[in-house]
Amino acid sequence: MDFLSTLKVLLDGTIVTVELTVTSFIIAFSMAIVVSLAQVYGNTPLKVIATIYERILRSIPLLVVMFILFFGLPSFGIRFDPFTAAILSLGLCSSAYQSQIFRGAILSVPKGQILAAQSIGMNGRQTFFHITLPQALRFAVAPLTNEFTIVLKDTSFAYALGVTELLREGTYIVSTTYEPLLIYLFCAAIYFTVTFSTNTVVKRVEKKFALPGFEFRGERA
Amino acid sequence: MINFINVFVNAFPFLMNGLVFTMELALSSIAIGFVIGIIVGISRSYGKRFSYTLSTIFVEVIRGTPLLVQLFIFYFAFPQIGISLSPITASIISFSINSGAYQAEYIRGAIQSVDTGQMKAALSIGMTKWQAIMRIVMPQALIKVIPSWTNEFVYLIKYTSVAYLVGVPELMAEGEFVASRNFEFMNVFLSVAIIYLAIVMIITWGFSRIEKMVRMPGV
Repeated sequence: MDFLSTLKVLLDGTIVTVELTVTSFIIAFSMAIVVSLAQVYGNTPLKVIATIYERILRSIPLLVVMFILFFGLPSFGIRFDPFTAAILSLGLCSSAYQSQIFRGAILSVPKGQILAAQSIGMNGRQTFFHITLPQALRFAVAPLTNEFTIVLKDTSFAYALGVTELLREGTYIVSTTYEPLLIYLFCAAIYFTVTFSTNTVVKRVEKKFALPGFEFRGERA
Repeated sequence: MINFINVFVNAFPFLMNGLVFTMELALSSIAIGFVIGIIVGISRSYGKRFSYTLSTIFVEVIRGTPLLVQLFIFYFAFPQIGISLSPITASIISFSINSGAYQAEYIRGAIQSVDTGQMKAALSIGMTKWQAIMRIVMPQALIKVIPSWTNEFVYLIKYTSVAYLVGVPELMAEGEFVASRNFEFMNVFLSVAIIYLAIVMIITWGFSRIEKMVRMPGV
């Protein structure tokens, strides 16, 4: 196998990895917003349900969730192909972490801002959409980027279900060329390039959308 | 439900065998990772150009690549350069290095959150920089690092499940073993999940107790 065809196979794998990452991140993002809103603004039963959801999913390894979805659910007649099962389990696990990011972001909007909004006559919804959300989203950018790279790295777990992502493609090449060191280091380099460039781009975007005087000075989660 | 309890009880002895390996992996990696984390964390915070650059590259590279790839490099690729590691050794080494990079970042964050006045005060009463770091800054930083350190421990316990992929008979592998015999995939993996959940809850609770015990009033 020559260098170019190796590169092509690995890049195919990278595309699958990125597909997995982006799809599951979007699913997790939308679920996390619901969960975090329930945790912050919900009534007691909603809060309890959201907290239990988040606690349980944050305590179970991704690999176990994947195996439950892929090997366990067929006994109830629900079958997923490996790709879907991987996306769903990545999404579920990440949604629990992202909900905590949003919860923290919403709560870190200064209380005075909300009081000020109410005092000029905004109702609850207006306060949320015009005051809390724009600031909370900015607070959430840094930890969300971090979470995005975590999801990207965790897509390598889909290897266990047989999804032909980067690591699986790498393993295929290793089994024909017997060059594990070279190939796995190359895989690592690709992962590193993707995470590093994501971080760099997001830092730029973050700077661009920063509100002067309201920069978030917390540590990156 | 009765079926689930049956499966759980039957699988329990196997899963406990696996749990021993899981905890062995997690405990040794968190301990070795802690040593790595302290060294790298201090050189990231106080290092001169050389050690700072070196530790930054280490942290960025390790945190920028998946744990599974690191594990595969140690287990499948190292034999190529003449270093053959057993599955457990390869797992412990890669988990320790991985966790070390994360712990270094937590420790660095904690060091930076210690009031700079403390360092100045220590230097002004004649301590050397090294003494000030070891006696004044680190004790405070290590207390502050407990919550994120607990998180890291929980992460590590969950990530030990990938050792299954190189053949360590830990919790996940035992679950797979039991399930492939009785075909109760759902019930067995739910049992595995419950055991992970229980361990994580116990550890989180334990560390929050420790955190309360060692808290310094007023700092």
